[in-house]
Amino acid sequence: MDAFLSFGFLQRALLAGVFVAIACALLGVFLILRRDAMIGHGLAHIAFAGVAIGLFLKVMPLASALVIAVITALGIMKLKEKAGLYGDTAIAIFSSAGFALGLLLVTLAQSFNVDLFGYLFGEILAIDPTEVWLSIALAVSVVTIVIVNYKKFMYMTFDRESAKASGIKVNRLDILVTTLTAVTVVLGMKIVGLLLVAALVVIPAAAGLQLASNFRQSIVLSSIVAVVSVVLGLVGAFYLDFPASGTIVLLSFLIFGLFFALKRKRRAF
Amino acid sequence: MASIADDMDTLVAVRDVSFSYGHTSVLSHVTFNIRTGDFLAIIGPNGSGKTTLVKIILGLLEPSSGEAKIMGQRVNRFSDWEKIGYVPQKATHIDPFFPVSVKEVVAMGLLSRKNTQRLSKKMEEAVIKRALRQVGMEDCLNRRIGSLSGGQQQRVFIARAVVNRPLMLFLDEPTTGVDAETQERFYDILDDLNKKEKITIVLVTHEIGIVDMHINRVACLNQKLIYHGAHEEFCRSDAFKNMLAGGHHVISHRH
Repeated sequence: MDAFLSFGFLQRALLAGVFVAIACALLGVFLILRRDAMIGHGLAHIAFAGVAIGLFLKVMPLASALVIAVITALGIMKLKEKAGLYGDTAIAIFSSAGFALGLLLVTLAQSFNVDLFGYLFGEILAIDPTEVWLSIALAVSVVTIVIVNYKKFMYMTFDRESAKASGIKVNRLDILVTTLTAVTVVLGMKIVGLLLVAALVVIPAAAGLQLASNFRQSIVLSSIVAVVSVVLGLVGAFYLDFPASGTIVLLSFLIFGLFFALKRKRRAF
Repeated sequence: MASIADDMDTLVAVRDVSFSYGHTSVLSHVTFNIRTGDFLAIIGPNGSGKTTLVKIILGLLEPSSGEAKIMGQRVNRFSDWEKIGYVPQKATHIDPFFPVSVKEVVAMGLLSRKNTQRLSKKMEEAVIKRALRQVGMEDCLNRRIGSLSGGQQQRVFIARAVVNRPLMLFLDEPTTGVDAETQERFYDILDDLNKKEKITIVLVTHEIGIVDMHINRVACLNQKLIYHGAHEEFCRSDAFKNMLAGGHHVISHRH
């Protein structure tokens, strides 16, 4: 373990990974309970368009992905409200168009290389110091905002009408959740890649929800599962020479399976 | 019909409110007051606009024309929501698997308080327990809401609505799908809240027979306001006779 921690790149990976994992888990609980679990998948495809725009324009792909993901996420929200489009339909339309646009731009930029590979499959072990601090700053912001507002988020997720009748500005909070989700998906992209980031948002949260008997427990358990998956995933990837992103996601899936089995056993007694 | 002028006792003033969903008129020029101390039943057949009217008063819907005021302020300017409690229509929309405890549900009611009125953790715990005691659910504090029966859940939602000791409580068909004995206990609780805690109660129901022992005023809706006044006079009124003649299910008999 000392050898593991003596490498700077591993320390950076752990640091960024832990903070982003907590952000993903916290938001994942709300997204699952809002029946919006697939939005992570859709936003990841849209973020790919943002990465492609960044590579094409030779600007920081993380930044362009953030801008595109946030704007599109808010656009999807408006479409659902105004045009009466079902949520999953809007996500399917935009995620497909986003991915297609990304492919086109990447081809035009002639960037079918390591850059793109890293964004698709994650490159947490190659994360550079600037990206670490940016990821940590954003992740801490996401976590802080969720913790400060978590009771209101909980109320409007549980009973939106009563929350609105209490004077809670549910529409504004929707915008906040949507923006935080877009930011978190882009952050998660660096850890496990576009193709698996939805799993990092959903699976630890789903695992926590299996055993939690109240909301506070679901938030805490989900965060623990996410952190354990990332830490053990990185350790496993280092020692076994496995891809970090796949190891992290598979571990979280195994923990989900264990919690699911424990829940069923508890019910049987 | 009672005077519609606003006075010191008026908590809610509804003025010429109309509402349509697209081209379908749901409410037409409804005007009436709700006064302090009322235990008001809003009755009418399905589709008469009862729930829509309550949602307009609570600011959940905007009227097509007219306005509603709470405590003298237009609804869209009103901000003292801790003075208003709301129990929505029987929570079939509540996810039974949602991981939330009874305590957490009741605590949600405290979120209508302004930041300057927030309570310490100890005080929060005390007011939550008091609210649950009022509805006889103090033993279920840490139970998951989904593990309770329908009647128990509705009592928890009342506790949530009264945790701030509001001036008014709105309930929308709160006993749909609940057995008769539970309904009686439920309305006894509302009676106590109205008479002992001095909470003004507005209850949407299509079965006046179940609540007639408790209410003191009736508002009868069928898109228009057909009757608003004392309960005793309603049963002698033309509005009541017309509703029966129209075959609307207004009364149910308890055996």
